[in-house]
Amino acid sequence: MKLPDLTELALRNLRESLLRNSLTTIGISVGVASLVAMLSLGIGLQQLASRRLMKSGLFDTVVVTSRRDLRNFGREEERSGPAPGESRILDEPTRQEIEHLSNVQEAYPDIRFITELRYEDKAHLTMVAALPSSAKSNDAFEALQGHFFSSDTAAEVVIQKAFAEELLGKMPKTGVDETNVAQLAAPLLGKGLTMRYAQREASKASSLPPANGTNPVPGDQSLDAAAYSVVSRELQLKIVGVADLDPESMRGPTRARVFLPLKLAESLHVMQPTDLREISRAAGDQPVYSSVSVRVKNPAQIRTIEDAIKKMGFNTFSILDATRSLQQFFAVLDLFLGIFGSLALAVASIGIVNTLVMAILERRREIGIMKAIGASDGDVKKLFFAEAGAMGILGGFVGVALGWAIGQVINLGTNVYLKRQSLPPEHFWAVPWWLVGAAIVFAFIVSLLSGLYPAGRAARLDPVQALRYE
Amino acid sequence: MGSTANLSQNGSPAIHADQLCRHYRMGETVIRAVDGVTLNVCAGEFVALLGSSGSGKSSVLNLIAGLDRPTSGSVVVHDRNLAQLSREELAHYRLHTVGMVFQSFNLIASMTLAENVELPMRFAEIERGKRDSLAREALTRVGLQSRMNHRPSELSGGEQQRAALARALINRPRLLLADEPTGNLDSHTGTEIMNMVREFNQQLGMTVVMVTHERALAERYAQRLIFLADGKLVGDETSVVASEGARR
Repeated sequence: MKLPDLTELALRNLRESLLRNSLTTIGISVGVASLVAMLSLGIGLQQLASRRLMKSGLFDTVVVTSRRDLRNFGREEERSGPAPGESRILDEPTRQEIEHLSNVQEAYPDIRFITELRYEDKAHLTMVAALPSSAKSNDAFEALQGHFFSSDTAAEVVIQKAFAEELLGKMPKTGVDETNVAQLAAPLLGKGLTMRYAQREASKASSLPPANGTNPVPGDQSLDAAAYSVVSRELQLKIVGVADLDPESMRGPTRARVFLPLKLAESLHVMQPTDLREISRAAGDQPVYSSVSVRVKNPAQIRTIEDAIKKMGFNTFSILDATRSLQQFFAVLDLFLGIFGSLALAVASIGIVNTLVMAILERRREIGIMKAIGASDGDVKKLFFAEAGAMGILGGFVGVALGWAIGQVINLGTNVYLKRQSLPPEHFWAVPWWLVGAAIVFAFIVSLLSGLYPAGRAARLDPVQALRYE
Repeated sequence: MGSTANLSQNGSPAIHADQLCRHYRMGETVIRAVDGVTLNVCAGEFVALLGSSGSGKSSVLNLIAGLDRPTSGSVVVHDRNLAQLSREELAHYRLHTVGMVFQSFNLIASMTLAENVELPMRFAEIERGKRDSLAREALTRVGLQSRMNHRPSELSGGEQQRAALARALINRPRLLLADEPTGNLDSHTGTEIMNMVREFNQQLGMTVVMVTHERALAERYAQRLIFLADGKLVGDETSVVASEGARR
């Protein structure tokens, strides 16, 4: 029998026992809904975590340092390659070279320095760091009070909550942080800060005589000529934003509490620790960076990019392994949620077997008639398979819709709860298209498997016995 | 005896049963429903199987129809030994070579007449358009063109049997097997049905084997009467119809 005829016959047979078949189909729907709901939760949580981590910049960033930076020297992987003194310098041409690697979104220098900031005539010492405009999408700035830098060169700062508390003379509380950022930000936004910093200024060859017991480097004219001044400067900055979270939580002791636009920071030529090491370069116009942060387009490419940068002769660091563990965790979570979700579908499949076995008993004579007029065992088997499959597909579609609806309701309810707790709303429920397709296909396959026994039994019926059945 | 007299033109009978046996085991008892029946039916012949209840006539018909398999012996229909066919081949044989009519009509209650009639064509994988026109044609031939979309329960017994006849003939079988076709009908309707069967036998040259316990009916329509008792063939007569036909 051809597929369209088979389908038509199967559907008409299902319509004949509408109530029983509907109840069976609802059973499948509930099973599929449970599966979809469980997996959607797992996928949603995974996406939420990934989104958060990606926004945090931890997992799509490779930090590049020079081998000349001896603070990191000695690690196993760094013992190979050229000696530190012969290694390449991390300067602007190198940054550009890295930025042109494939799958690299941007590479920006890490400019950070400890300096004095004056607010209402009171001095505060803190770490200041420069941020590119792309950092605006960082998760830490999601609940930013005020706004992000108006431009990459604006004389503006965004400060971290803890520094805001310091400026206002408040003592940070230990334990649960319940500080209201909006209240903290209100008196600070738009106010001025005066930053005092050490500017590196190129100058002609030093006219100072060498210190007692020291000599200029013989034969090295460049080094001999290398000299720069360190000039104390002041810059008026405007507080435009107060961040609730710490965008630099991964940096530990070197994390900054005040942030400047990157281009502005570069134009300031602030004295950096590398300027002491790379004296000849520091005296020129080309800056030397202590580290460069590389943001990749796809976190899956991190390893490749790290390898490419290492080949260039630099050290790299990323939290790749942590991402892998996270993916593994969610894979296991999804597996378990899927198994629990499938239990309801397994119960529903028993319903299909029951319905079809009942149908065989009721339609025994009909099967006999069909065989008498020429239906083969295969035709009868296919007919029962088609009925099971039709219930599976129908149950699959209804189940997916039901699962999606359950997800929406739970999402809505949870967001109402989060709102009451003054927390931002979240989307932790995701029903991707592949899950919709997979759930329907899964329901179809489970239904066909459930139809195996009844279909085989119907096909094996003796037509003579079946025709005698009343 | 007709078994040797009525051969088809090429010499081989349409149906040849040789020492046909069908035994059933019920506990310790063996029931010999068919016990060593040997018979030949020629192509285009109208044969009636007569006997009392339990004589084995329906069992013989089921064996000829390929619905059942013999315990021993053989049934050869149009040179094919049914005992040697696989289940799939038997289904193909029932679909294309045999048309069956039953006492209780055996129409599928959930289907309309048109759907019942076109069901064998679905199994034969005939295109929908062709199926529709053939089903309409077959139902028109039995006078049910206005009842095509009715379900069997909405029809009289005679109408149901006419529809069953239309279904049996839809795939143009060479063999029409009728098991007590008038058993559930009044005499007038029964005559109407039997006239149709005879018409198909004569016009289409179809071989007809009919099971009945009514001798008068058999004598009126069949060319040969085969008598069964306790599963054995006990008589084979040429009927009055055949004699009159021969005289003419």
